[in-house]
Amino acid sequence: MINASAVVWAEGAPTLQEVMPAEGVFSLIWLLIALPLLGAAVLLLGGRRTNTWGPYLAVFTVTASAILGILMVVGLMDRGAEERSIGQSLFTWVFAGEFEADMAFQLDQLSMVFVLLITVVGALIHVYSLGYMQHDPNRRKFFGYLNLFVAAMLLLVLANNYLLLYVGWEGVGLASYLLIGFWQHKPSAAAAAKKAFIINRVGDVGLSIAIMVIFVTFGSVTFDDVFGQASEVNEGTLTAIGLLLLLAAAGKSAQFPLQAWLLDAMEGPTPVSALIHAATMVTAGVYLIARSNAIYDRAVWAATAVVVVGLITIFMGAIIGSAKDDIKKSLAGSTMSQIGYMVMAAGLGPIGYVFAIFHLLTHGVFKAGLFLGAGSVMHGMNDNVNMRRYGALRAAMLVTFITFMAGYLAIIGIPPFSGFWSKDEIIHAAFERSPIIGSLAILAAGITGFYMTRMVAMTFFGKARWEDDAHPHESPKVMTVPLIILAIGSTFLGMALLFWGNIETWLEPVVGFSTAPSPLSTGAVIAISLTFVIIGSIIGWISYARREVPIVAPRGSLLTRAARADLYGDAVNEGLIVRPSFWLSRLLIWFDGRVVDGLVNGSAALVGGASGRMRRYQSGFARSYALSMVGGTVLVLLALVLVRLS
Amino acid sequence: MNTFPWLTALGALPLIGSVLVALLPKSRPRLAKQLALVIALATLAMTIVMALSFNGASTEQFQFVETYQWIPAFGISYSVGIDGIGLVLVALAATLVPVVILAGWHDVDDAASRTTGSVKGYFALILVLETLMIGVFSSIDLFLFYVFFEAMLIPVYFMIGRYGGSQRSYAAVKFLLYSLVGGLLMLAALIGLYVVSANLTGTGTFDYLTLVGLDIDPGTQKVLFLGFFLAFAIKAPLWPFHTWLPDAAAQSKAGTSVLLIGVLDKVGTFGMIRYCLPIFPAASEFYAPVVIGMALIGIFYGAFVALGQRDMKRLFAYSSMSHFGFIALGIFVFTTIGESGSVVYMVAHGLSTAALFLTAGFLMERRGGSSLISDYSGVNKAAPVLAGFFLFAALSSLALPGLVSFVGEFMVLLGAFQKYMFVGALATFGIVITAAYVLRLYQKSMTGPLLPALEGMKDLRGREIAALMPIAVITLVLGLFPAPILNVINPAVDTLMTTIGVTDPPTTLNPSTTSEGTQE
Repeated sequence: MINASAVVWAEGAPTLQEVMPAEGVFSLIWLLIALPLLGAAVLLLGGRRTNTWGPYLAVFTVTASAILGILMVVGLMDRGAEERSIGQSLFTWVFAGEFEADMAFQLDQLSMVFVLLITVVGALIHVYSLGYMQHDPNRRKFFGYLNLFVAAMLLLVLANNYLLLYVGWEGVGLASYLLIGFWQHKPSAAAAAKKAFIINRVGDVGLSIAIMVIFVTFGSVTFDDVFGQASEVNEGTLTAIGLLLLLAAAGKSAQFPLQAWLLDAMEGPTPVSALIHAATMVTAGVYLIARSNAIYDRAVWAATAVVVVGLITIFMGAIIGSAKDDIKKSLAGSTMSQIGYMVMAAGLGPIGYVFAIFHLLTHGVFKAGLFLGAGSVMHGMNDNVNMRRYGALRAAMLVTFITFMAGYLAIIGIPPFSGFWSKDEIIHAAFERSPIIGSLAILAAGITGFYMTRMVAMTFFGKARWEDDAHPHESPKVMTVPLIILAIGSTFLGMALLFWGNIETWLEPVVGFSTAPSPLSTGAVIAISLTFVIIGSIIGWISYARREVPIVAPRGSLLTRAARADLYGDAVNEGLIVRPSFWLSRLLIWFDGRVVDGLVNGSAALVGGASGRMRRYQSGFARSYALSMVGGTVLVLLALVLVRLS
Repeated sequence: MNTFPWLTALGALPLIGSVLVALLPKSRPRLAKQLALVIALATLAMTIVMALSFNGASTEQFQFVETYQWIPAFGISYSVGIDGIGLVLVALAATLVPVVILAGWHDVDDAASRTTGSVKGYFALILVLETLMIGVFSSIDLFLFYVFFEAMLIPVYFMIGRYGGSQRSYAAVKFLLYSLVGGLLMLAALIGLYVVSANLTGTGTFDYLTLVGLDIDPGTQKVLFLGFFLAFAIKAPLWPFHTWLPDAAAQSKAGTSVLLIGVLDKVGTFGMIRYCLPIFPAASEFYAPVVIGMALIGIFYGAFVALGQRDMKRLFAYSSMSHFGFIALGIFVFTTIGESGSVVYMVAHGLSTAALFLTAGFLMERRGGSSLISDYSGVNKAAPVLAGFFLFAALSSLALPGLVSFVGEFMVLLGAFQKYMFVGALATFGIVITAAYVLRLYQKSMTGPLLPALEGMKDLRGREIAALMPIAVITLVLGLFPAPILNVINPAVDTLMTTIGVTDPPTTLNPSTTSEGTQE
């Protein structure tokens, strides 16, 4: 191979940080994962004995991890910027030949913010679930699965190599599978769970092969070995790795073309949708891309593919979100779309990574709040999810309404709510790369304004369209307190991270940071995008608050109908993959029985002389066999004698 | 260093036990079971002690070697010894036998079984089989290996033919016929090998290490290789020699299937590593593309056929065929990672097969023995613990990261990728179909509304949980900490790679210096 080392196409790529030994509070990195893992083990293996106190144990373990996480972030802030990457190695995990992957963790600025997001939002959702799942007969299992999820997600972000990351990656997939299918007696829930797992497996193929390419290229799968030597590898190889990792990310983060599972995943209990399918797990793809920045910064085509996938998904999600009457599915479309923003930003290189993560954090908080708010509404409406049967709920559930509004203002990006800061930064970065990308990002922001206003209008405003047996009421404190905390986050987190936390400087050592000249000034970007958002919101308001909302959905335009059918994602999968697979399966079963086995049976019959002989064999066959074996042995001995004599 | 005849004693213990069990009066079936279990546990304990005194860093290829002249005129000796690969497979057998006995406590109590065989007979056969399995993995004389290899068929034949389902006779005969053909081919090759050794050294021998050291000309290798390989490919079984397996699995008791598919079939893949590669390196290399092709076809063929099965046991059989494709792939790519991975895969597959067949066995027992998937729905509601183990077994079968099956599967794929990029990448797509058929089975049988016929179904009992739990624990512990098996497998694989004279392809950056380091 000609020495065609890849060059950095993007300015501001980081240099590798030195890894510090795990001392003091950092010697407990493993405990972050072990606590919720222990909780899961106790709850899932302990049986009914743990029914009464199990859920509280689950809340405790996650809270303890959150406190530990906070102690660690304080510890990191105390250190100099160049001493914030900490490694802890437990033992050698898989090894053979030149391959070696350790059970080892790396806590740095990037994994730190994830640890906080996972444990803090996780703890709030655990508390909320105490109320939401109070009457579920299987709530012990529910909390066990939630703990399992938190442990796996922490492993995903703390692993110091790709293979161990894969364990966390699949662990969160398993927890997601178990929780989507939590109400297994519903065939739709069981089917949705299976679908999510299988589509994610397609992404896993990408991750698996990426790890293989990484190993045969670098001779190691440890992050530091890979990133430290990325510059010595040719661009073609890095592009291949980048595209394979993108496939993996698309699966986990429900990005085009592997997006079809997320909408069905709403079959799971609402706290699950909030934690796994909005705030944390579905952002793992963004983590993977940002973590692998050293690869993408040297593979411009792979990074461009990331941008394209992100852009497509921004619009797909927003269009689907605009058409759904199911509040959770509308939110799920919105999640796809918002993660599309993050993925797109991550594809922009060092001008975008920081803001991808920034938006990931603010979104994690406000979307968790929105989902839990939706859950609170459902809780008061007999678990009805159809927004056409909501309306005028603001008086009946005031706390839910106010906290939901904080999330609403955050997601559509109204200053000073948290989403404004992060989305605005992404749009600005997009303009730095290309006016086309930037304009598309702004257009999508307008659609966000539309579908979120539609949701709020249909739910809290307009006329009451409740079913006869609905008696809307506010949820208990155990649910509203987490809502309030998340609403505070939705309001202030953006400013806090930007101005007090200096998110750019904090993350720069890991993902790099730079700016480029932009055709539009910051003020212009804000003005234009706010205009679009307001126009979108006004259209949403006029159509769904001012006008009567029919209880039965009108037929709708072609696009509306397509969006209600998830833009035919399922139909495509079904027609191109699922049905042909079963055809092939049937064909092979026929072939196996008739041709392969038929040949065998036929030749056996021939050898036996006739099929009648076969039947006779069946009775006294063991004896014949024993005889033939003895005969065989005699043959051997005879042969030996002959050889000896010759 | 170690004068105690570990392997002979280990093999003798279950054999003596089986005689004792067989001598018990027919009227005491319970005692027969208890005795069999005690013997099996004692064998396991002895295996553990032996494994602990196994020296992973030893420079000798085989440990616990015992050699006694048997038929000196023909260079045949009773010669046993064990390397890391043999050790983990013996340990697998010794682990699964007590599990199978415990799980199959009531399997042959039914009238149908008792008309053709006695209760004590079944358990005595299991113990005989254990002796033969230990023997086959620890022979280092090819003639002795052949004797064990063929003798194993007899107890299995009776276990299927006397204690199986309605079509048991057909299945047993089919199994026997297939094996017979394979056995005869191997016998012919064995004789040929003896002749070759006689020609090359002056005195013919069946001694493994001597045969490995021979420099057989490639033309002869190509012929002799086929005899051994076909026998192993039928045993394992690889596509297209697999059609006996679904019938055998469908007609056997769960315990028989576990020992047959979980352990016995590993003799096939074990034989490829132990005999085909080192004795016939040139032929192995020559045939590698064909074998890899068969393995690839098997991976997808088995998986797609499993996808459309209506019968659980047949589904598991085809799934195993797909898994055997992975194992053979790992063996025939000739990379350290691939070879080690295939051995780990063998262990993992033994464990996941046991978990699947036993859990499914418990399930079917509660539904009059039906293995039709459509006879089950919503089991999770009536028997959540059973459904939990079923899911665990399913996840183990689809190689969920964190379980030992993942370690094996990933190593095999990586080893393949290292040598043939497109083969490795293509095989990786198998993981999607595996997930599809495994989870489809779980969805259809365990979730959804509970079938009225299953109302009041009992969850797993203590005995059943006690049988499954050790498998689950080992699967998980070795998945997160595979060092105990890798530490013994890797040195054996290194020896193998040196013997066949193949070095790993270098990585683009940081190519290892080990290949130069051996010059000294």
